[in-house]
Amino acid sequence: MDLSFSDEQNMLRDSAERFVADNCGVENLRTVRDTEDGFSRDYWKQFAELGWLHLPFSEEQGGLGGTPVDTMVLMESFGKGLVMEPYFSTIMLAGGVLRQLDECALIEPIMEGNLLMSVAYAEPQSRYDLFDVTTTATKSGDGWTLNGHKSVVLHGETADKLIVSARTSGDRRDESGISLFIVDGNAPGVERRGYPTVDGSRAAEIILENVSVDADALIGVEGEGHALLEKATDEAITALCAEAVGAMKVLVDTTVEYCKTRQQFGQPISQFQVLRHRMADMMMEYEQAKSLALVAALKVHSDDPVEARKAVSGAKVQIGKSGKFVGQQAVQLHGGMGMTDELSVGHYFKRLTMIDVLLGNTDHHLKRFSNAA
Amino acid sequence: MNLEFDGEELAFQTEVREWVGSNLPEDIRDGVMNGTGIVKEQTIRWQKILHDKGWIAPSWPKEYGGTEWTAAQKYIFANELAAAGAPALNPFGLTMCGPVIYTFGNEEQKAEHLPGILNSDVWWCQGYSEPGSGSDLASLKMAAISDGDDYIVNGSKIWTSGAHIADWIFCLVRTSTEGKRQEGISFLLIPMDLPGIEVSRITMIDGGHHVNQVFFTDVRVPKANRIGEENKGWTYAKFLLVNERNGIAQIGGKKRQLARLNKLAKATGMEGETLADSRTYQEKMAHAEIALNALEYTELRYLAGQQSAFAPGSEASGLKIKATELQQSMSELFLEMAAYYSLPYNGFRDMDGVNEPPIGMPEFTGGNEDFLYGRAATIYGGSNEIQKDVMAKILLSM
Repeated sequence: MDLSFSDEQNMLRDSAERFVADNCGVENLRTVRDTEDGFSRDYWKQFAELGWLHLPFSEEQGGLGGTPVDTMVLMESFGKGLVMEPYFSTIMLAGGVLRQLDECALIEPIMEGNLLMSVAYAEPQSRYDLFDVTTTATKSGDGWTLNGHKSVVLHGETADKLIVSARTSGDRRDESGISLFIVDGNAPGVERRGYPTVDGSRAAEIILENVSVDADALIGVEGEGHALLEKATDEAITALCAEAVGAMKVLVDTTVEYCKTRQQFGQPISQFQVLRHRMADMMMEYEQAKSLALVAALKVHSDDPVEARKAVSGAKVQIGKSGKFVGQQAVQLHGGMGMTDELSVGHYFKRLTMIDVLLGNTDHHLKRFSNAA
Repeated sequence: MNLEFDGEELAFQTEVREWVGSNLPEDIRDGVMNGTGIVKEQTIRWQKILHDKGWIAPSWPKEYGGTEWTAAQKYIFANELAAAGAPALNPFGLTMCGPVIYTFGNEEQKAEHLPGILNSDVWWCQGYSEPGSGSDLASLKMAAISDGDDYIVNGSKIWTSGAHIADWIFCLVRTSTEGKRQEGISFLLIPMDLPGIEVSRITMIDGGHHVNQVFFTDVRVPKANRIGEENKGWTYAKFLLVNERNGIAQIGGKKRQLARLNKLAKATGMEGETLADSRTYQEKMAHAEIALNALEYTELRYLAGQQSAFAPGSEASGLKIKATELQQSMSELFLEMAAYYSLPYNGFRDMDGVNEPPIGMPEFTGGNEDFLYGRAATIYGGSNEIQKDVMAKILLSM
């Protein structure tokens, strides 16, 4: 056993933290959240130049062959800086699906920073079940015709291409019979309604009305898209957990610093036992979240599917619980200041609230964990 | 002893229900029931309807416009109004400043201010917290220096709810720096349109404009605007806090929230059924309902004259803690139920002139804003940590 980071991983962390400290954070968030894209295309180009877009793709695919632990290192830094760029939707979600294919011409433009993608997996009725799919794909000529409503597609409005889960056979909640299709964001029949999300990011409702795609738009094996999707989202969850850990680190640091500075009753409020204990609790929530995020990154590719699933869902449960406590208490201990749009605290709190929801909340993963064995 | 209403109480309940049913404007009811919220004009319109009926301030003494209702009647009234979708009233005049004025003010002050509070022609806000004085309120510094018949006021108030739409502000100001800090504070009424007052917006994490920082630069305020004695303001402020426990638990609003949770659960799918069929959520709803019952009957016991067995005088603090905790856990449950549809932000920011319907589920409307701004509930009005200190102090001195 060796829990130390490699030199490469330490270098990656240094460069990511430096970039984030220099360029991101709450000031940047306030600037880009009001733009049409909701992120900086200039930063995205720099991500490409820094090799971050290559990171999790294999060397055969032209990537760096990074492991989930490498991704964890990068995402933790992103979490510290409230990074707004669509790394999660393009590289983790869409990339996570495409990486599993034998061959895929989309990977290169993605890594070059020339192609933005997202995955449209959720539907209004689906909640967190990836297999609950009512969007249909029916054969027409050589290709397929898609119809349905995909909800809360992250950066769905700016994605050049979407991966859409659609039912090619079976009933609404069958795991089999789901296929994945590449759909152009601007294809006729695709209606995208973009909107801000609660953390200042962007998402879209996507309505597909008689959208025609060619036969080769279907990726993977027909009817077996659920497995591709689940594998991609499991790895994406480990990235989300790492992002949450980064956000929690900032919140604990900021809160400790604030309580040491803020004077009430003639002393720093850090002198009050009730707040000291609260901060000790916040610290341990962070430590436990960090531990299970690491376990998830190390086990997500385990040969034992039960072990992998428990590691991923267990981490998501811990992140949900810890993120809620750390986020809410950071706001509470900052008092009125923690409630303002001006301070960073509220933005980290909102990001943590959003991360709990993404790809299944605490209750969902608690159930998945207990059903795993 | 029994919990049943008697014949007179039942008749009163019917009277209130029928009256609200035919007098609450539809647009106001919809704004409350659908979570889209209401604006100042609507609150004023509703308050004026209540005022015309003589029901605007049931807790005030009869001679000042109150009703002399029993505790049971006040309970019935609050419940019926909330269930029908009546909005919360602006508390700053009616439950905070008004009672201080009729209890400690002189005849001129009563005549000048009480009618405007009752008929809603004058909108009030509260100037207590300062940038350096939050939990430690008694350390407040905003200075009122004597200058003939006036005070010259300099300083700043923060977290002032509704200062941007208020006509008057009641302030705690420092009139002496000698002796105990609490003994140098006075209670001063200040019109917001005096020269030297500047209101600066503070945007909160839900994107909304609820609170402000108010700056006072050489503001000349007549001493006639001081309530009671100079340097006795802290006593009046404490009276106000204890008086405030009336309705602090906001039971009616929470019952409405519970009903909205049930509605959302029925409208939300889960595992091929609705959330309302899910054991997990049934139990979460049951927890919320039991907590609400415990809060409601604790408040009722206090309103009926019973006191805390351990720390009499701490009732308002205890109710505030449990009420805000429940409010926050219910709004979290609301988010959990909406799942991915808790993510779209339909709130205040940049929404001017946008006519598109909100994204997501109509049953969830307002859920995010309630959740986010609701985090302030355990901070304002004396943080819950401070409330526990108050309770423990009384408990341990018994």
